[in-house]
Amino acid sequence: METDWIWGLVGGLMIGSAAAVFLLINGRVMGASGIIGGLVDRSGWSTWAERLAFVAGLALVPVLVLPLYTVEVSTNITSNLWMVIAAGILVGVGTRLANGCTSGHGVCGISRFSLRGMGATIFYLLAGGLAVVLFKHLLGVI
Amino acid sequence: MLRNLFAFIAGGLFGVGLLVSGMTNTEKVQGWLDIFGDWDPTLAFVLGGAILPMTVAWNFATRRARPVLGGDMPGKPGAQIDRNLVIGSLLFGAGWGMAGLCPGPAVASITWGGLGGVVFLLAMIGGMVIAPALRRRLDSAATSLGAKSEFGA
Repeated sequence: METDWIWGLVGGLMIGSAAAVFLLINGRVMGASGIIGGLVDRSGWSTWAERLAFVAGLALVPVLVLPLYTVEVSTNITSNLWMVIAAGILVGVGTRLANGCTSGHGVCGISRFSLRGMGATIFYLLAGGLAVVLFKHLLGVI
Repeated sequence: MLRNLFAFIAGGLFGVGLLVSGMTNTEKVQGWLDIFGDWDPTLAFVLGGAILPMTVAWNFATRRARPVLGGDMPGKPGAQIDRNLVIGSLLFGAGWGMAGLCPGPAVASITWGGLGGVVFLLAMIGGMVIAPALRRRLDSAATSLGAKSEFGA
């Protein structure tokens, strides 16, 4: 729809504001993969409560907004579960190896002109574009 | 307690922003990555919109000694684009393109994402479990390669 970019901008401002709150009040970088990963591999266990509170807000609050939608909200994720499993493993391994994902490297990194954040963003955009070409257009499996 | 409250608020606002912006819809994410198909520019507005307040926030952060709730501000980011950053970002990007989900939206949409959403999140956590071992292997492979080339020289 032609209004999608406006909602993109509004949602983006909310995402950036959330990151600003987490930075200025808690002194943390709002990187989803780092916050979750630190719980999974216990590397961030000393701050587990803060991490868990963040993940709880992320998992439980958005659904409260759903009743405001007049259209059905769906993730439209592919029904090919093998692709979903492979993708999930790649996202988990890759973000931990790179120390960040779209929120940490993308939003928080680029906004402080971090070379690593900008570099990571270029590489994951490149690989994402190639994956869509390969799996959607060439192989037709997603 | 306040730390946890503001972490919850930040997480909640982040999640609502992801929903509102359309980033929990895998079709919009894949549409942005699909430069040879029916390209969807929404993600650029999301990223731009998110970077705006964060640029102001980092500016504040550098002038403030401490966060509101105490402790330290995050340290300066590393300056090097190293091998793990490149390999990791390429692997992450491939998975992101395949499913159209990254870690934030995967958690934000977990209550309505159905079986696919749950499977993705579990696989992602599995990937995070094996990541440290892979990192060690990559690091030791690089070290032994470095030692060999030193030997040769």
